[in-house]
Amino acid sequence: MDYFLELLIGGLTRGSIYALIALGYTMVYGIIELINFAHGEIYMIGAFTALIIASVLTMAGMSGLSVLILASVVAVIYASAYGFTVEKIAYKPLRQAQRLSPLISAIGMSIFLQNYVLIAQTSDFLPFPSLLPELPFMDAYAQFMGSSELIIVATTAVMTIILTLFIKFTKMGKAMRATAQDRNMAMLLGVNVNRVISNTFIIGSALAAVGGILIASHIGRINFYIGFIAGIKAFTAAVLGGIGSIPGAVLGGLILGWTESFATGYVSSDYEDVFAFALLVLILIFRPAGLLGKSTVQKV
Amino acid sequence: MKHITALKNSLLISFWFMFLTFPIMVIRVNTIENVVEWRWMNMLYVGFGSFVLSFVWRYLISRKEAGVKQAAAADTPSKRLTERLLTDSAFYRPVQIMAAVFFLAFPLIFSTYQINIMTTALMYVMLGLGLNIVVGLAGLLDLGYVAFYAVGAYSYALLNHHFGLGFWAILPVGAILGALFGILLGFPVLRLRGDYLAIVTLGFGEIIRLILENWNEFSFGPSGIANIDRPGFFNIDLSLEQVTVYLYYLVIGLCLFTMVVVNRLKDSRIGRAWVALREDEIACQAMGIDKTKTKLTAFALGATWAGMAGVVFAAKTTFVNPASFTFMESAMFLSIVVLGGMGSITGVIIGAMILILTPEYLRAFSSYRMLLFGAVMVLMMVFRPQGIIAGVRRMYHFPVKQSEKGIGGS
Amino acid sequence: MQKESSFRRSWIAALIVFFAASPLFSASLFAADIIKIGIAGAHSGDLASYGLPTVKAAELVIKDINAKGGVLGKKAELLVEDDVCKPEVAINTATKLVSEGANAVIGHICSGATKAALGIYNNAGIVTISPSATNPDLTQSGLYPNFFRTIASDDAQARLEVDFALNTLKVKRIAVIHDKGDYGKGLAEYAKKFIEDSKKAKVVLYEGVTPGAVDYSAVVQKIRRMKAEAVIYGGYHPEASSIVSLMRKKKMNTFFISDDGVKDDTFIKVAGKYAEGVYATGPKDTTKNPLAVAAIEAHKKAYDADPGAFFLNAYAATQAVLNAIQKAGSTNYDAVVKALRTEYVDTPLGKIRFDDRGDAIGVGFSMYQVRDGVYVQVQ
Repeated sequence: MDYFLELLIGGLTRGSIYALIALGYTMVYGIIELINFAHGEIYMIGAFTALIIASVLTMAGMSGLSVLILASVVAVIYASAYGFTVEKIAYKPLRQAQRLSPLISAIGMSIFLQNYVLIAQTSDFLPFPSLLPELPFMDAYAQFMGSSELIIVATTAVMTIILTLFIKFTKMGKAMRATAQDRNMAMLLGVNVNRVISNTFIIGSALAAVGGILIASHIGRINFYIGFIAGIKAFTAAVLGGIGSIPGAVLGGLILGWTESFATGYVSSDYEDVFAFALLVLILIFRPAGLLGKSTVQKV
Repeated sequence: MKHITALKNSLLISFWFMFLTFPIMVIRVNTIENVVEWRWMNMLYVGFGSFVLSFVWRYLISRKEAGVKQAAAADTPSKRLTERLLTDSAFYRPVQIMAAVFFLAFPLIFSTYQINIMTTALMYVMLGLGLNIVVGLAGLLDLGYVAFYAVGAYSYALLNHHFGLGFWAILPVGAILGALFGILLGFPVLRLRGDYLAIVTLGFGEIIRLILENWNEFSFGPSGIANIDRPGFFNIDLSLEQVTVYLYYLVIGLCLFTMVVVNRLKDSRIGRAWVALREDEIACQAMGIDKTKTKLTAFALGATWAGMAGVVFAAKTTFVNPASFTFMESAMFLSIVVLGGMGSITGVIIGAMILILTPEYLRAFSSYRMLLFGAVMVLMMVFRPQGIIAGVRRMYHFPVKQSEKGIGGS
Repeated sequence: MQKESSFRRSWIAALIVFFAASPLFSASLFAADIIKIGIAGAHSGDLASYGLPTVKAAELVIKDINAKGGVLGKKAELLVEDDVCKPEVAINTATKLVSEGANAVIGHICSGATKAALGIYNNAGIVTISPSATNPDLTQSGLYPNFFRTIASDDAQARLEVDFALNTLKVKRIAVIHDKGDYGKGLAEYAKKFIEDSKKAKVVLYEGVTPGAVDYSAVVQKIRRMKAEAVIYGGYHPEASSIVSLMRKKKMNTFFISDDGVKDDTFIKVAGKYAEGVYATGPKDTTKNPLAVAAIEAHKKAYDADPGAFFLNAYAATQAVLNAIQKAGSTNYDAVVKALRTEYVDTPLGKIRFDDRGDAIGVGFSMYQVRDGVYVQVQ
């Protein structure tokens, strides 16, 4: 039973990480129906910025919570700025193009950003300082869950709730939903669609940066390639849950996390990814629009 | 006034990029020795570079928009030089002959190394043309095309390793296995559309690679299979240089074969069904086209070429391991198709040549080539989304008779 | 109705590309008064950090030798080619080096790429010395007569790890974990085989982890559940540091034994306090060897940094091949091979020569342990 619980909690952590990144994918997809392949790279850049700022601050003699807060704030600002810029350069000019073009552009952007960081920084793995505070009361439960795991799960939960409320109740949220439903109609009703799209990218990127900082502190190392691997998994999670749906992204992330965790625990980690993708295929066969996705009836 | 605003905008843009690239480009921390390196010069470069580029960008965007307007205004699409070059037989005949001579004489002129990379490029032409069936013609976004390539490569590697079977015996086997796997992938994804299809095919590609990586008893795992036989030539022992030349002509032959078949397929009943499927699935079904059959043939026929190219790959490299069949490879195939121009055979050839040969010749700038590669992909999509050579749609012109003109429309 | 044949059009396009590219084609001239040493490996991409130090090593050696009058009175020159550790690129790299008239090659870095390229070098009669390809097949299969290396093979390393676990640590239950890669999995397979053959201990878990995954807690829980007393890990330091940190955070004091992919100071830096007590095999400590000290000093002087992975191995490989050419009196294949096998050469790795299979005699592994933040040789 202990073992089951351990795997359950391990899966929860992993799932929360996927969910946090998947939120960015799902938001962008919901609004402009684009797989933003560069999203994983934004997450990586967020982690890199945090590492750089934190190291500079530490060397300047600061320590503790203030480093975490400052580094996170700067990383979130920068990741958002990157998200905003990427959209303006690589996607905005392609609004009217056929479907595949923005996708290729996104893949190109992803390769570009990876190599940009590779050249400007390094190809080596860099140690990421453990910015997250150690919570003394978690010590007793170390077998099941460490402090960083708890912080990851809690942050994901809080972020999801804030995001849901934001989409539901604010004016911008309403505009986002309107744009997602029908971009032209929204435009006619006076919604500034370009701004809505920019905002979507900014929010998604900010979430990715938060994810980047959390995960990097959790696993303690980063390099330019981390975004790609996490990105593919997060994207799978988003599709699994029904792309475009925010609760779907969270659900998809958790299911993916648990699948991998239990597959490793009870079968073998050799095939954890095979299980993850096989699950995706199975779910899509029976629910072609994902778990919580609305299957749209196509009008002719 | 216009120039002043442009200048102001460019200045803003350059400041923005200086801000944006600040942490990554300027600061480098060495966490091992706890030193921070400040590279302020980089900031200057970025500022200046983005200032200049913003003018270029603005100019290109305005030209693109003007182009769109022009095309919309003009009734008949204006023929550009490239198009005339491609459609006017007076232009393309001599060029064609020259190209044929060039390709046939290639091994006589250049070194083994040049022949080798040209063979690689031609292999990618085959792969591009195969993927073009699935993506370009049938409009099914396949991000796991590399799986079929791996199937071909491993079928030759394994059958050669265990049973000593030769290249020519396996080439059709590779093709058939590719097709079978194409159908295998096709079945579960029949109901999926667009991006859902993309992610499932991506997953399929990863699953194949992971199985090859983990199932040691079957595939020898990540250490791969070495010493695969090169293709035989009537039991004559060839030196390495001769084999390289032989492989070159072999791949030229296969490429020609692919081009002929794909070209014929394109104009066939099934080819038009694919195009119809791409344009509108529902209308296509309403016209009585069997969607299941059409999709499955697209997957199967697309995968066939990947299977064959895989066999050639294994024979050429004489070594296979799962690391050659990653998602980046699928992305490369897709880029070839999209960069060259979807649905256009010429485009795919040019795309493959550019994407495979450029990195080889850019070896001197090896650390920058992937950066450039990514940038080119983005710029290409922004400024020429239809690809280098846009696929030409079949057009039927019905000459309207004078007497009917008054009565109905055309 | 207008119908065009895109089949025909394709030729034109191809031609345009070719004529545009034609100035780039250039056949290199074979200059007989220069000894050309090719150096191939990953010089860009994610594995560049394994390839670049070897280039620097070769450059330093060649600069040194040329300053002393060269080899056989000729200047030595380096041809640097990148293979990104991919077999299919390695083929092109190899043919390029052969076309350019390389007399010997230092490389490649990864075993897979090396295997793919060796056939081409063998055909052209070019001696190849790898500083880092550790796959046992390369020397033990007898298929690559032109291959030599200045690093011990994986099975030697696995042997040492297993013997250490069984005889020194005296553990009975061992978990063998790898990173599914060529190197890591190969090593793990040998470790598993040696443990099973010894019948002194049991392999309670044999699994691969996915490199770059966001979390390894499930595998760690499994190690605990299987009550493993020691973990033998085959792979590189990034994953190893994650696994060790998680194990220690979960208050497991299982022994962690790994390979020279982990015996890297970055590992200690990344894993921090959790690295304490970790065992890793690595090349015998030769840093006190005066030649090694000199080589490292030269690197520091030239690049203002400590050398990276495989630096000394590549240094030794370059010295060995140049020495063999000198002793053989020519770049003739048979003579050079014979010289490599018979003539001892002083290198930073000690006095070495090569056995008939191509492995260096006098190059071996020792066990290290992290103590107070540094690797210390055990025994």
